[in-house]
Amino acid sequence: MSDGTKGTFTSDPAGTGARTDVKSTKKLSRRTLLKGAAAVAGAAAGSDAIRGFPTIWAQEIKDIELRHVGVSYSVVKAIGDQAAKDLGFKVTMQNLDTSAAINRFISQPNTVDIADLEGWQAKLAAKRSVIQGIEVKKIKEFDNILPIFTKGEIDGHKIPRQGISPYEAMYIAKPDSTDLNDGVTEWATFLPQVYNADSIGYRPDLVGHEVTEWKDLIDPKFKGKAAILDVPAIGIMDAALCFESAGLIKYGNKGNMTKEEIDFTCNKLIELKKQGQFRATWTTFDQSVQLMAAGEVVIQSMWSPAVAAVRVKEIPCVYAPVNVKNGKEGYRGWCNGMGLMKHLSGKKLDAAYEYLNWYLSGWQGGFVGRYGYYSPVPSTAKKFLTAAEWDFWYDGKPAPEVINDPYGVAMEKAGTKRDGGSFLDRVKNISCWNTLMDEAAYMNKRWNDFKVA
Amino acid sequence: MQPSPAPSRSNLAGWLYVSPLVLVLVPFFVAPILVVLAASFFATDGFGGLTPGFTLASYVEVLHSALTLKLYLATIKFTVLTWVFTLIIGFFVAYFLVFHVRNQLLAIGLFLLCTVPFWTSNIIRMISWIPLLGKEGLINQALLAMGVIHQPLEVLLFSDLAVVIAYVHQLTIFMIVPIFNSMARIDKKLIEAAIDAGASRFDIMRLIVVPMSKSGIALGTIFVVSIVMGDFFVVKVMSGGGSASVVSAFYEDVGVLQYPTAAASAVLLTLVLVAIVSLILRTVDIRQEITR
Repeated sequence: MSDGTKGTFTSDPAGTGARTDVKSTKKLSRRTLLKGAAAVAGAAAGSDAIRGFPTIWAQEIKDIELRHVGVSYSVVKAIGDQAAKDLGFKVTMQNLDTSAAINRFISQPNTVDIADLEGWQAKLAAKRSVIQGIEVKKIKEFDNILPIFTKGEIDGHKIPRQGISPYEAMYIAKPDSTDLNDGVTEWATFLPQVYNADSIGYRPDLVGHEVTEWKDLIDPKFKGKAAILDVPAIGIMDAALCFESAGLIKYGNKGNMTKEEIDFTCNKLIELKKQGQFRATWTTFDQSVQLMAAGEVVIQSMWSPAVAAVRVKEIPCVYAPVNVKNGKEGYRGWCNGMGLMKHLSGKKLDAAYEYLNWYLSGWQGGFVGRYGYYSPVPSTAKKFLTAAEWDFWYDGKPAPEVINDPYGVAMEKAGTKRDGGSFLDRVKNISCWNTLMDEAAYMNKRWNDFKVA
Repeated sequence: MQPSPAPSRSNLAGWLYVSPLVLVLVPFFVAPILVVLAASFFATDGFGGLTPGFTLASYVEVLHSALTLKLYLATIKFTVLTWVFTLIIGFFVAYFLVFHVRNQLLAIGLFLLCTVPFWTSNIIRMISWIPLLGKEGLINQALLAMGVIHQPLEVLLFSDLAVVIAYVHQLTIFMIVPIFNSMARIDKKLIEAAIDAGASRFDIMRLIVVPMSKSGIALGTIFVVSIVMGDFFVVKVMSGGGSASVVSAFYEDVGVLQYPTAAASAVLLTLVLVAIVSLILRTVDIRQEITR
């Protein structure tokens, strides 16, 4: 029932359909289609049949069904529908919350074909041997994936490795290795497909000043008007960012705390709770939107599209740019990728590789870009975004015109600038990544102490 | 009765009678609970891997933790409060329907009306309280407009109060139905006789209605107690994440793949519930009351 999700972009008003048709109809060869080049080539109506494949191949794959399972902000039905249309086989998207998903991958691996994995989940899935290595050579755009993921750096800037960074979880030595490999190999655990940097959302009219530091979340000024995220593994990182920001503690690695650090953090949280700092905690995207929109809180840890969803209701809400300063602050990064389950073989495995390649070919990157998430291959996503959309979402420039969400609903007025600036400004200021600590069991217990206090 | 047919045949007939129930209970109840029981004795590598074996480590951990006690206290607090309110409301609704609505058809009609809200989903019924109870919700706005309060009441939502309201709203029907059922069997002549003999309304309630509705009350209590103690979602949403319950705690354990401790907590909760239910059954012999 509980749905630990970042977004529920499930409805599919006509807007998307229209856009997709222009891009992908016409009898393009598979290759051209995947390159995404010259895609705007006119429309051939009623073309849900298998397009672009040699007939024999099409006959063989049309009975294939890929089940892509994961959280709703990453495994999106509209994307699966488009992939099925472009690739000619069936794609079923199934949504679960984070914890149900990893439990299913581990306990019923054969009911899943493509697993939606965060870095830490990829580490677990490899350890439990439920996934097979992805042969990097077969991923056409692999070399165009940003080096954040493939090399752990961007523009000469080293990506921090507090928590489990995507790069850290990316490689294994052999296709069936169970331990991660530090350093580039030919085999990947998962293929990144969507990511972002999380921070704080706040009501500028009620907070009264610009928020650029996490410590504002625990400022007594906002007593009873603040909220944090109640997914223990992530919530504790947000709390850690707050306490570090306030100068209360310096962590060795926020993403992998020692028992003492966990104790300090949870005790501090309990103290704050007893003082009435938190109005609530939230677990789903929708809850965070409601808390803010209904005036229950004025500041809370929040996800970028949730801030946008509040703004769509004409309530002012800002996504705090918490750039790294003095070795503190920074965004908490996350990245979801796709893993190939171990049971895939033969034609189904071929189809799975087609699917992975399709994901990086740009349509999906354009789609998620329109609600503020990023593609690991911006070069292909760019072809599926208008110049205005690119300027707004990636370059951090003022929107030249009204910006629509993926379903064609107006989202931002012309002239608005994206909070947090350009893509590079944001990703370079990621200071830690979603994680599963070695002391996860202990941390969980202490988090429950906080809940019941 | 006929002198016994061959004992083997009556045995067979007996097995046939219970077989549908057994066919449902074994795969859907006994088997899963055995799996949970087995898992609670396994060791884990901390990453979801289970090592078959026999260790009491998970039980030791669960039973030694102060957290367990706090979780049970929190859960029992919600259970008792919910029980008291559902019992009072459920009892009087049933009483009204049985003894004050003269027309039996009307009574059954009203009874069915009570079930109408329960045609919508639990979750919808719970969530619809949020716009009513929130800081900018209807109640706060009305009170502010009337000048009764000057600051919105925060205690209405994301509090223990909100949790209990949601539970009572969801579960009262489980009290009404069995109590209505057992009250409807009370012979009205008995009440008339009591009135003729000079009993007051209070005496009738105390000496006739309550004792004769015992089985309904006991059944309703079992429903309410086991549902509240086995739930975590209402606590999570209505307390705004501010409270936890026994189940929510081991749900989080499952989230980080700590299966053995989660299983041990689940077994412990099952035992506690079995103890509570058998206590209720000891106080009220439901079987006898029902066949009365």
